[in-house]
Amino acid sequence: MTQRTIAVVSGGLRQPSSSRLLADRLAAATGEELTRLGVTPKIEVIELRDHAHEIVDNLLTGFPGSAFAKVVETVAAADGLVAVSPVFTASYSGLFKSFVDLLPDGSLAGKPILIGATGGTARHSLALDHAMRPLFAYTRSIVVPTGVFAAAEDWAGEEAVERLDKRSRRAAAELAAEVARREPTEIEDPFALRTSFEDLLAGE
Amino acid sequence: MQFGIFTVGDVTPDPTNGTTPSEGDRIKAMVTIALKAEEVGLDVFATGEHHNPPFVPSSPTTMLGYIAARTERLLLSTATTLITTNDPVKIAEDYAMLQHLAGGRVDLMMGRGNTGPVYPWFGQDIRNGIPLAIENYSLLHKLWRDEVVDWKGRFRTPLQSFTSTPRPLDGVPPFVWHGSIRSPEIAEQAAYYGDGFFANHIFWPKEHTQRMVGLYRERFGHYHGSPDQAIVGLGGQVFMRRNSQDAVREFRPYFDNAPVYGHGPSLEDFTRETPLTVGSPQEVIDRTLGFRDYVGDYQRQLFLIDHAGLPLKVVLEQLDLLGEEVVPVLRKEFAKNRPADVPDAPTHESLVAAAAAAAAAAASAEVVA
Repeated sequence: MTQRTIAVVSGGLRQPSSSRLLADRLAAATGEELTRLGVTPKIEVIELRDHAHEIVDNLLTGFPGSAFAKVVETVAAADGLVAVSPVFTASYSGLFKSFVDLLPDGSLAGKPILIGATGGTARHSLALDHAMRPLFAYTRSIVVPTGVFAAAEDWAGEEAVERLDKRSRRAAAELAAEVARREPTEIEDPFALRTSFEDLLAGE
Repeated sequence: MQFGIFTVGDVTPDPTNGTTPSEGDRIKAMVTIALKAEEVGLDVFATGEHHNPPFVPSSPTTMLGYIAARTERLLLSTATTLITTNDPVKIAEDYAMLQHLAGGRVDLMMGRGNTGPVYPWFGQDIRNGIPLAIENYSLLHKLWRDEVVDWKGRFRTPLQSFTSTPRPLDGVPPFVWHGSIRSPEIAEQAAYYGDGFFANHIFWPKEHTQRMVGLYRERFGHYHGSPDQAIVGLGGQVFMRRNSQDAVREFRPYFDNAPVYGHGPSLEDFTRETPLTVGSPQEVIDRTLGFRDYVGDYQRQLFLIDHAGLPLKVVLEQLDLLGEEVVPVLRKEFAKNRPADVPDAPTHESLVAAAAAAAAAAASAEVVA
């Protein structure tokens, strides 16, 4: 069976965090959908809180520390991404954005992404389509049509839970389909020469 | 092997007492540091070039010319000369002039500069950084070698029947290094011309240096026969006291508030992740000798010792330690197990001798023919 890797990035700050809960549900659902398509899923979860200092250090120094470099590489090398952020002041959290800022140019291009967000009430749900979706449009990623927002009320009550579950499954199926039909991601070596010196001299 | 220092020329407040040197103080301090470098037996002093505060060295040949007049032996260099925003014609003229005044004790390191606004201030665009470096250097290379130049390119007005004056000293252009942190095109450029490659090797993980030097050596081998004949220089950043703990204690406030990395990683993290060494002279010796493990036998080692607001007095003490305790040991240890065919960094004398040998070989080939 072929294998595909799904990186799961959760930007929640609390422990336990509802963003992580949502991320885990979306990851599990994506795994099931991939399996159904005959693809072995490999799920790699990244809690941004664990890397908060490394993220700031990288912003300031311009390079990732050796441990954090592996986290960045996990996302860059993944075949698909589940990205979940809490909504802070009408948008994704600053830590979440800072992490995306540190991903190498082009590393998310063409990558299928399932976006998720959490907030206190459903009134924040448009942050998905007004903040997260444009962010990943800029990175030239393939954001699947269904985004999943979970408000506090979605974690209890039969109807609410069922609705969240249904949306999660629909989104996961969309992500799995995009991932399964693509070739595995290949990472470009930033130190590789791509132009001959004759072409460089000729201004190409 | 050559040892020396390179300076960024930043004017930075001393975080331990809040005092900021004037531009004049800093410029004079840079000169004092250069003179001291010669006094303690170092080989090279290299200055940065910047065109925005808080940096002072906008006019490297003025400073280096002044230092040349007050030194006998010290090799004067740059780190780096902005090949992107300077007119290559002016670089050709300025450094040929300096070469004459300094009796050949001059080489240069080309760099692109990473400050976005500097490019438009000089009529350029940072997005053309690599094409500018390639085109401008190809013109500079020609101006120093061809008496009369006809030239046209993308970025500068064409030249017809132009002769750059003065001609290089003894007809031999200064040796050129190309510096880059992570642009493979620049390693390729250095290899193509048979020039030196300098890895900044401060503020960045050693893996960058290893990859770039590896690429440069491989491409040098492709163009010139053997990767071992390539000319490699490395930076490094050190702070020393006889007692390791004293060095850490004294340097920490400078580290914590430094431009570039201040307020970010801890001194311990940064020491682990980059070649920065803070400790005793012996620790600096051990770390520096380890550089050879990932770049091979190399030709030039420059240390950064005067940034982040360190007072002049402390910098001069660093130079004493470098000159008395560190560099003599490094010279001895780096010479051990060094294959005989690993070249030294070219100097004016060696380049003149090589040119004479090449001319003699060409003449005898003509006789044979």
